[in-house]
Amino acid sequence: MAPLTHEATESEPVKRTAVGRRTILGLSALGALGIAFGSSVQNFFGSAFGSGLGGLLPGGDRFRIYSITGTYPKIADRDYRLKVSGLVERPKTFTLADLKALPVTSFTKPFQCVTGWRVPNVAWEGVRLSDILDTVGVRPEAVALTFESYDRLDTESLTIDQAHLPDVIVAYRMLGAPVTTEHGGPVRLYVAQMFGYKSLKWLSAIRVVNAVRAGFWEQNGYPVNGWLDGSTGPTNPDPRLD
Amino acid sequence: MTITDTTRVATRILRFDRVQRAAHWANAALFGVLMFTAIPLYFGSLFGVVLARHVVEMIHLWSGLALPLPIIVSLLGPWGRQMRRDVRRINYWTRYEIHWLRTLGKSRLEADKFNPGQKLNAIFIGAAIIVMLATGAMLQWFRFFPVPWRQGATFVHDTFSYVIFAVVIGHVFMALTHPGSLRSMFTGWVSEKWAATQAAGWLKEKRLAEDSPDVRCTPRGDRR
Repeated sequence: MAPLTHEATESEPVKRTAVGRRTILGLSALGALGIAFGSSVQNFFGSAFGSGLGGLLPGGDRFRIYSITGTYPKIADRDYRLKVSGLVERPKTFTLADLKALPVTSFTKPFQCVTGWRVPNVAWEGVRLSDILDTVGVRPEAVALTFESYDRLDTESLTIDQAHLPDVIVAYRMLGAPVTTEHGGPVRLYVAQMFGYKSLKWLSAIRVVNAVRAGFWEQNGYPVNGWLDGSTGPTNPDPRLD
Repeated sequence: MTITDTTRVATRILRFDRVQRAAHWANAALFGVLMFTAIPLYFGSLFGVVLARHVVEMIHLWSGLALPLPIIVSLLGPWGRQMRRDVRRINYWTRYEIHWLRTLGKSRLEADKFNPGQKLNAIFIGAAIIVMLATGAMLQWFRFFPVPWRQGATFVHDTFSYVIFAVVIGHVFMALTHPGSLRSMFTGWVSEKWAATQAAGWLKEKRLAEDSPDVRCTPRGDRR
């Protein structure tokens, strides 16, 4: 056998250090620390210095744009319609102008994806869903809402109680500008206390129904009630309010 | 032909055997695909409509899962002797090598088969595979992990990918500016002149072991 290994051919023993093993273990440990504490670091930077510096950290303050269909439905503002129907007293189809004529609600809240990424301090503006429901008049036998998207594939659901949470809005402004096409514009849903998949994009229709129907993502295994704190009951006794 | 110094003319030395070259290029191809698909996945909003994002995601996922295979397959098994030796070489450093790295290449060093920079590159890639595979799996099968961990895994996956891009670009730059080294990753061979300038310590070690016929290879011999 040829004495090919470095050690074997040295005439006298030379002290060697396992730099490779140490580096790999060190970097793996760093990765594990990042998994455990990365979110705290990001949240700290995000809250201490605003989203500007938080955004400098990789993975922070960055939307990953998802689309179920692989394309974004493009809807001109003047063509936009939101049809509200089902178990209501006065079914109505809203134009964008109709929505803007309703009381404006705005706040700054994070967008948290169920897969882990999170964008802090997103400015939202729109109409409270409860205001829309008051306009059309929900009938007493109503139990839940079904939401449809212009992409013709995505659907979502909320119970009537969830829909009345004050931070559930039909948003037409986001990040200080009209909601862009890739973010679900001109009008999208925003459910502040739940994971991002509940905030359906390109909102086209709301139907008031008598039972909760699992939406697209829920049919693919996500919880129907996707509270940010991980609880999955219809009501969340201890919501995480950012 | 006798094996003496006087007959050493146009001698070439095998630096990478077939298994190592296959492992390197399979690994490089996977890294290339992963980096290429990572760009639209990460900068989706800049690219506007990414048609078939789902397809890009699937390519990224499966390439990622395959990532450790070239190294594992080439290391394990009877064909991996050379590979295992070189892993040992890359792992163990003399204090001269550590000093060379600390002085950013300014101290004199009779380089091993791989200089400390090359060793560090290989080590980093090894660590990157472990970390990216672990965090990537957490992002894919996120349901099994608490939300802060998912966020942390995203953070680590993104941070490492920044470093990987820098290291890989540096690696490709070094390869393109060192044709002798690059050629050895295609053909396996380096010239003795290359070894004398780039890996003097390794050449010395080869000469010490010259008694053994299977470490000294001539163009005709082509043995390893």
